[in-house]
Amino acid sequence: MAIKIIDQPFDPYQELQLYQNSTLAHQGAIGATSIFIGTMRDFNQGSQVTGMSIEHYPGMTEKQLALCVEKAQGLWSILDSLIIHRVGTITPNEVIVLIAVWSSHRGDAFDATRYIMEALKSTVPFWKKECLETEAERWVMSNTSGYQ
Amino acid sequence: MSIKVYYFASLKEHVGSSEHELDFIQSLTVTEVWLQANAELVLPRNTLAAINMEYVEWDSLVSDGDVVAFFPPVTGG
Repeated sequence: MAIKIIDQPFDPYQELQLYQNSTLAHQGAIGATSIFIGTMRDFNQGSQVTGMSIEHYPGMTEKQLALCVEKAQGLWSILDSLIIHRVGTITPNEVIVLIAVWSSHRGDAFDATRYIMEALKSTVPFWKKECLETEAERWVMSNTSGYQ
Repeated sequence: MSIKVYYFASLKEHVGSSEHELDFIQSLTVTEVWLQANAELVLPRNTLAAINMEYVEWDSLVSDGDVVAFFPPVTGG
């Protein structure tokens, strides 16, 4: 399992390749790889958005992400996982988050990926502040309520 | 007893500071920590609290050396 918080743009496909080549355990047992990539949109709640900054609580962020993975491991059979999340200044089309889950079977991989993503959105201490086309700024004040 | 209090995101702007140090004599709950540190300020609805990087309820007791954090609902991903 790997968790990375980074403040620079990253290529999720390159990160996946690197992880698969260098770190991934259980190579022979893997039958499914599920990947979620979240990118920044240029609109939200009826406004054009030109950029955003993401703040986080260093330490608690990593701790809560590890907890998301631990809970997923209790529900599904997971062989390995990789989570990368951006912080700092972001522009539209850039990747915000990558979640990859490796499992022997697709059902476990699909469900665990979605669980980790929904748990991240509802429990991990990141906060987005949007820059609008009008040059105004606003905090994003609500998110989804978790895996259902 | 002494603790550190951190604020994040919109709550940091609301408080006007990212952290406070608080000294106290008898045990405090998380609610009492907020009241001692920010007596003049209304606590925004839906504010979350953590002690030592774990989510806690507002009646949780704070111990010497703890780090308490207050922040708005999270919006990552």
